[in-house]
Amino acid sequence: MNYRPVIGLEIHVELKTETKMFCSCSAAFGEEPNSSCCPVCLGLPGSLPVINRKALELGVKAARALNCTVEANSRFDRKNYFYPDLPKAYQISQYDIPLGHSGYLEVEPLTGKPIGIQRCHLEEEAGKLLHHGGSLLEAEYSLVDYNRAGIPLLEIVTAPDLISGDEAYCFLNELRLLLLYNRISDCRMEEGSLRCDANISLSPVNSNSWGNKVEIKNLNSFKAVKAALEFEAARQEEVLSRRGEVLQETRHWDENQRKTFSLRGKEEAADYRYFPEPDVPPLQLDGIWIQKVEDSLAETPAERRRRYREQYGLKEGEADLLVAHPSLADFFDRAAIKYKGYRQLFNWISGEITRIARQKNISPEVLDSGALVETLQLMDEGSINRGTARKVLEEALVEGKNPAELALDKGMEQITDTGALGELVDEVLRDNPRAVGDYLEGKKKAGNFLLGQVMSRTRGKADPSVVKEILEEQVHPRKR
Amino acid sequence: MELDRMSALEIGERLGKREISAEEVVNYFWERTQKLEPELKSFLTTCPEEATGVARQVDELRRRGERLPPLAGIPVAVKDNLSTRGIHTTCGSRFLENYIPPYDAAVIQKLKENYLPVLGKTNMDEFGMGSSTENSAFYPTTNPWDFSKVPGGSSGGSAAAVAARQVPLALGTDTGGSVRQPAAFCGVFGLRPTYGRVSRYGLIAFASSLDQVGPITGTPEDGEALFDLIAGYDERDATSLDAPGDIAEPELDEQRVKEIKVGVIREQEGNGFAPEVVESVKEMASFWESYGAAVEEVSLPLTEYALAAYYLINAAEASSNLGRYDGIQYGYRTGYAADLQELVFKNREEGFGQEVKRRIVLGTYALSSGYYDDYCLKALKTRTLILRDMQRVLQTYDFLLGPTTPTPPFGLGEKIEDPLQMYLSDVCTITDPLVGNAAISVPGGFTPEGMPLGLQMSAAPFRESFLFKLARFWQQRKKYLTCASLQCGEKG
Repeated sequence: MNYRPVIGLEIHVELKTETKMFCSCSAAFGEEPNSSCCPVCLGLPGSLPVINRKALELGVKAARALNCTVEANSRFDRKNYFYPDLPKAYQISQYDIPLGHSGYLEVEPLTGKPIGIQRCHLEEEAGKLLHHGGSLLEAEYSLVDYNRAGIPLLEIVTAPDLISGDEAYCFLNELRLLLLYNRISDCRMEEGSLRCDANISLSPVNSNSWGNKVEIKNLNSFKAVKAALEFEAARQEEVLSRRGEVLQETRHWDENQRKTFSLRGKEEAADYRYFPEPDVPPLQLDGIWIQKVEDSLAETPAERRRRYREQYGLKEGEADLLVAHPSLADFFDRAAIKYKGYRQLFNWISGEITRIARQKNISPEVLDSGALVETLQLMDEGSINRGTARKVLEEALVEGKNPAELALDKGMEQITDTGALGELVDEVLRDNPRAVGDYLEGKKKAGNFLLGQVMSRTRGKADPSVVKEILEEQVHPRKR
Repeated sequence: MELDRMSALEIGERLGKREISAEEVVNYFWERTQKLEPELKSFLTTCPEEATGVARQVDELRRRGERLPPLAGIPVAVKDNLSTRGIHTTCGSRFLENYIPPYDAAVIQKLKENYLPVLGKTNMDEFGMGSSTENSAFYPTTNPWDFSKVPGGSSGGSAAAVAARQVPLALGTDTGGSVRQPAAFCGVFGLRPTYGRVSRYGLIAFASSLDQVGPITGTPEDGEALFDLIAGYDERDATSLDAPGDIAEPELDEQRVKEIKVGVIREQEGNGFAPEVVESVKEMASFWESYGAAVEEVSLPLTEYALAAYYLINAAEASSNLGRYDGIQYGYRTGYAADLQELVFKNREEGFGQEVKRRIVLGTYALSSGYYDDYCLKALKTRTLILRDMQRVLQTYDFLLGPTTPTPPFGLGEKIEDPLQMYLSDVCTITDPLVGNAAISVPGGFTPEGMPLGLQMSAAPFRESFLFKLARFWQQRKKYLTCASLQCGEKG
């Protein structure tokens, strides 16, 4: 029998807010442990939560970006459970009336296939446990950092619309871009600001019945999601092929062994005893406000790709590459306002800008697009050649200097005086009679050598195409 | 000067005229507190040094001629579930015996801003769960009118301290009657404000949708002054309410009383109600009638379900609110435990008293999947129906009248073994919290044995000022004694 995988994802993203979900502590990553805490996020007796308006706005923004219906009368609920990283012994979350529901995301790399979004809701992060020696139960001791406790989270649950690890991978990438372009989340899996659990079951082809569902945890990258789902699909198929039963369970992805493992603990059905959070009154979102938030949505990744292709004439691969890197795409957009050689712009951004950003460890977000535009303009005017342009650009970007002044100050400006060049060419031809001879016999290498000699005597300041012309003019009369 | 025979506002006037210093006032009440404390045990913690510090500050500011708020320099006692920065806040629980909050509750901040010296933290039923203060993990408080009786609860310490004039003012908290019932048992005034009018920030939660902070005082004027001081919107409490406009009511005169319609709650008599209690309600009804008010009997047919709904909501919220007490970050820590789970189990087993455990189990059960719809959801629906009933009735009547408690103060140990009997003593005070009304308990005379009786007047949300004016009109004419004549310390 043939099977097809039925896959759904549960994604948590930390929202990009200055402060936490229910108090005014900093939500910044990487601070000194337990330094961004107050009675509210520590869950001290008597403290009370107050909703962060910005988090609510980002939640609504995400909901609309995912084409969800926004529930104006949504509310918060308490999810009760004991764990040492949960200071109140309940998480303020949303249960039966999530902020957004019934949406979808069209994934362009999957030829626009719409993936259903069942719900997205707001909640708060728990603290972070650091175990010294194994897991919570085995550790000699464990430390709790409450800096993370109370950071706003958005949980996104997809419909079981994905059919392969690759589709899950493409969906996650598209979702990440959507959230990045809307500045909803940093989506940094390595910092935990995006996390993903995957559910997979196998269903016989030509049947509507579903198999038992397995939840996979500990997925630390999109590639891991893909690999784990592929492994799990194969494992379940193997179990079914020998008429075995796939257990409904939670499995752990082991990145090193590239396998999923059963978590084998006694799995008690969790009863979270949800009930409406009495400390936070139900939301009453204003329709006009929701509309305003919606109006502030950025164009979707698909729309951006189309714009790059249709408006700027980039090739498909080029548009994809730019859009996959929001900071480069934004840089492109800033530069494209002032510079119309779009392909040239793309080449320099995918080349030089990327290199400088990486080597100097500067985000393209903060690089001055004007410096690139001016440098390219100097090059187009013929004031500097390509090699000089590279140097000018780097110095302009790194030191914040003006490209035109750099070109002048450093004598980098191109020698365009054909008289002076003519004399240099004459010198070179007289000094290298053998090369001249070879060139006249048709050896191209000799021509390149002569060109190189002239360029080196100008210390790179001449326009190679001009030098080439003068060379041609002067070399042929020397034919014997 | 016999400061214990004066109201807080009267003392405040003398302070304003500098006939007496705030330090003298604090000393006077501190000495009285010490003298009476061995019998009463109203306090869990006293802080005379801090109080004296505030008093000296008041005296210094007055010397410089600064105008201060009317209650500046008057000592106040606060219930031990209100967080006080740097001062023990135990909630009457072994679990929080050594807990010292790093911040002040909103109401404590207001007391400080108005220069009220906090003389101490008062005894209470553990986490507010109880109606006699016998559920305090430390010791019971006695009733100043008769040491063999309970002072009521859970704000029993605050009510006893005021009735004995260990302090002229106190703050209690009211979830299902915890301000009004002890005020009634101790023969003083106690207000439960409209839910949301006083910030709950820093009030250690029992049942979040019901908890409110309220004043307990010897006169209605003092009560209104203290209420005005603690009320107001607080951005740190999302359930805090902005009061609509100017809500201070004009003084009630005999002319205005004639325009008032009073509803006497029919369901609050009969089975379970002591004859002297029923009698005192009748007396108040004829009082208003004699001044020309229209007095009618009203029916709140859902009253019989209110107690069940109240105890379900209260237990459900409490079970969640008390989940945080695991003894990891703060609070009671047992001796040896083999692992985390055993540690938390033992901390909670040893740190909580019987009644707290009972409510946690009840609440956890009621919230469990499969039971939620039958218990919690039904309770919430009942709450909505009761609210509709109440709104309908309050369209006709300006206030509702009934007893605060079904019986006079009972004896220490009398009901402690029977939780259901204890719960039933809240039957008159749980409806107003469920619907968000304001309600006041006023002295309503004494039993033949000399124990105080309390009467309750309830009105629509935001009508605290009206209730205080009613209380004033009543007390000006009845002149009930609100200060117990004590046998204990006065002997020595």
